[in-house]
Amino acid sequence: MSLPADQTTTRGNVLVVDDDASLSEMLAIVLRQEGFDSQLVARGDEAMDAFHDYKPDVVLLDLMLPGMDGIEVCKQIRQESGVPIVMLTAKGDTVDVVVGLESGADDYVVKPFKPKELIARIRARVRRYDSAPSEQLTIGDLSIDVAGHQVTRAGQAIALTPLEFDLLVCLARKPHQVFSREVLLEQVWGYRHAADTRLVNVHVQRLRSKVEHDPENPEIVVTVRGVGYKAGPV
Amino acid sequence: MTTSPWLRRWGRFLRLSGLGTVLAFWRRSIRVRMVVSTVVLTALAVVLVGWVLLVQTRSGLLDHRVDATLAEVREEVAEAESGLAAASGVDVDASGQRTDLVEPIIERGLSRGFWVVLAGPVADGTAEGGSSGGRIADGGSEWSPGLDTASVPAKLEDHFQQVGASSAWTYADIRTGTGARLQHTPGIAVGSQVTLPANGTTYNLYFLVPLTQEQETLTLITRGLLVAGLILIVLIGAASWLVARRVVTPIRLARQTAERLAAGRLEERMAVTGEDDLARLAVSFNQMANNLQNQIRQLENLSRVQRRFTSDVSHELRTPLTTVRMASDVLHDARSRFDPAAARAAELLQKELDRFETLLVDLLEISRFDAGAAALDVDDVDLVDVAQRVADSYAPLAVKRGVRLEMHTPGRPCLAEADVRRVERILRNLVANAIDHAIGPTAGSRSGPATIDIYVDADSHAAAVAVRDHGVGLAPGEAAMVFNRFWRSDPARDRASGGTGLGLSIALEDARLHGGWLQAWGRPAEGAQFRLTLPRRIGAPLRHSPLPLVPVDAIDHADQVARAAEGAS
Repeated sequence: MSLPADQTTTRGNVLVVDDDASLSEMLAIVLRQEGFDSQLVARGDEAMDAFHDYKPDVVLLDLMLPGMDGIEVCKQIRQESGVPIVMLTAKGDTVDVVVGLESGADDYVVKPFKPKELIARIRARVRRYDSAPSEQLTIGDLSIDVAGHQVTRAGQAIALTPLEFDLLVCLARKPHQVFSREVLLEQVWGYRHAADTRLVNVHVQRLRSKVEHDPENPEIVVTVRGVGYKAGPV
Repeated sequence: MTTSPWLRRWGRFLRLSGLGTVLAFWRRSIRVRMVVSTVVLTALAVVLVGWVLLVQTRSGLLDHRVDATLAEVREEVAEAESGLAAASGVDVDASGQRTDLVEPIIERGLSRGFWVVLAGPVADGTAEGGSSGGRIADGGSEWSPGLDTASVPAKLEDHFQQVGASSAWTYADIRTGTGARLQHTPGIAVGSQVTLPANGTTYNLYFLVPLTQEQETLTLITRGLLVAGLILIVLIGAASWLVARRVVTPIRLARQTAERLAAGRLEERMAVTGEDDLARLAVSFNQMANNLQNQIRQLENLSRVQRRFTSDVSHELRTPLTTVRMASDVLHDARSRFDPAAARAAELLQKELDRFETLLVDLLEISRFDAGAAALDVDDVDLVDVAQRVADSYAPLAVKRGVRLEMHTPGRPCLAEADVRRVERILRNLVANAIDHAIGPTAGSRSGPATIDIYVDADSHAAAVAVRDHGVGLAPGEAAMVFNRFWRSDPARDRASGGTGLGLSIALEDARLHGGWLQAWGRPAEGAQFRLTLPRRIGAPLRHSPLPLVPVDAIDHADQVARAAEGAS
């Protein structure tokens, strides 16, 4: 029934950073059942070494960790890599969630989460590695190479995480359409049922800080008040 | 009420004239009031004392002068009479005697500063001629040169119209000179009768004695009193200003300290100097501030502890629950390989864990409200959108329960500034609650499925959603109780949608957080309606709702008492 642990072709590698041993072990069991390989780290200050050794496809990161704060771990990973990070938080408070997302996480789940919900989110994050057809898009003064996963402005490459890239591509493909936050959640994050729309807000802000000339007066990702977002005039 | 326009006009006048500012100053400054009232009272006292003093002095001076004058006049008359009597042998002619009588007196008057008028003769029963006389104007009078004879008061003249009248005196205005050089001198007029030995006729002799000296003295005294009074008033005004300052300054300090305390600077205290009442005021004030600060600190501490506790409990409970949850899921998925008892146990574990989880989440939410830690994440929210989303998400459950969800929207967006997650949670609660209670005991007799109507509407001030069911309804008085924690209309009823008994309490807190209303209406066997009203702008006061609380179809029973109760305000 369940896949053997030593199977060579896993669906992906998941690095689990959580100080609760039981929860980590349980996560490993569930992940193995779903075909993911996983490695467990219990301390924040050991997370970066494990990240370098293991080269995960997804990181599950608890916020409260001994040794180093989850937020700090998140920032350090982001400095090196765009690998998807899903935060595990025990606090549903807006502040914690927003701080986590602003430090670079792609998504978050609030404990106690349903295992299927977590798996769905991990899948949604890993799925994007499927090869995309060759496509060239422009938005504002940016040009996007969809297959090559690259965004350039005047020949200069701009580093985006995969999720930010997807968000930009989604908007650029239909330049005149206004996307509601719910639609973006479905198309970019792959969530059928409406999740937290704050995900969209924070990621739009992060995207803007990277691609806009002046993030205070955005021209590439424009807010349509009361509705959502759309691509700025080309 | 007829005076009110007048008052308004007066008020406008006051404002325009600046008198209003003065009055406001008067109303607001104790010091001004103290000083002004002290000065006014002192001035009254000074005027009263001065007046009494003046009257006393004046009467004393005049009495003395009158006595002296009367004595002098008596002496003059006696001397004149004795002179006449001595000379009677020499000059028997009446007019000669009259001249003899009056001439020396006039002369003495000129040298000693009084005027004399001789009038007469006074008619007498024995006198020849028979005509009345004795008035100065009748002629035959003699007087000091330069004197206006009208200076003799008519009343005094009246007194001397008969022979044998006693001496009399009165105050008079003595006029001397003529035309432009007319002079008024206050004085007294003394009258006396003299009988000529020659023919026995009686003449009236008037002495007009000026009171110039007395007047000067009085003027001097008056001026002195005036100056002294003014100095007194100024001194007392200054003294009261100083006293008022000594009293008002601490009061003003107390006010400023109180204002600072009220503004949240709890460490503010008053300086205590001395042991008087003002110092005691400062001591009591500081004591009050101390107690206040302690109380507030205690409350703040409690609130912080409570918040901390909530957060800790939340964290400590959630991590193990997540593990249990996942373990249960694994067991549940594998239950087909268990023996029947273990498989059933796995199912029960899964089901109860769901319940436990919702209950925990609700409890934590409630304690977050209680700790005041709930915060709004405000955005423009279209209630039509949210209601539609909630209705869609509950459609499967509704179908399963044989309930039809029906939306009634105005065909335009109903916007309100709100936290979309909270609003959605409120509506989910209301709809789940309605589905739970949509099918009442009488529903079996109905044709077709039970309906739940969801109304959405908005105007420029507020937006509202009402969820109406036609189920068991609410008994009288229950409309207010439905929002109580863990309240159940019928303890035996099943909660098929998995409610914890906290849903409506949380919904109410969510509505309050927005400054909105969550209200319930219900009648037994006629169903219930819950209405959420949110202000268009966060912080704006709510006065009405775009939707009625009592459903339109229920108003037909106008004879019944509408049992609408407000759950929130």
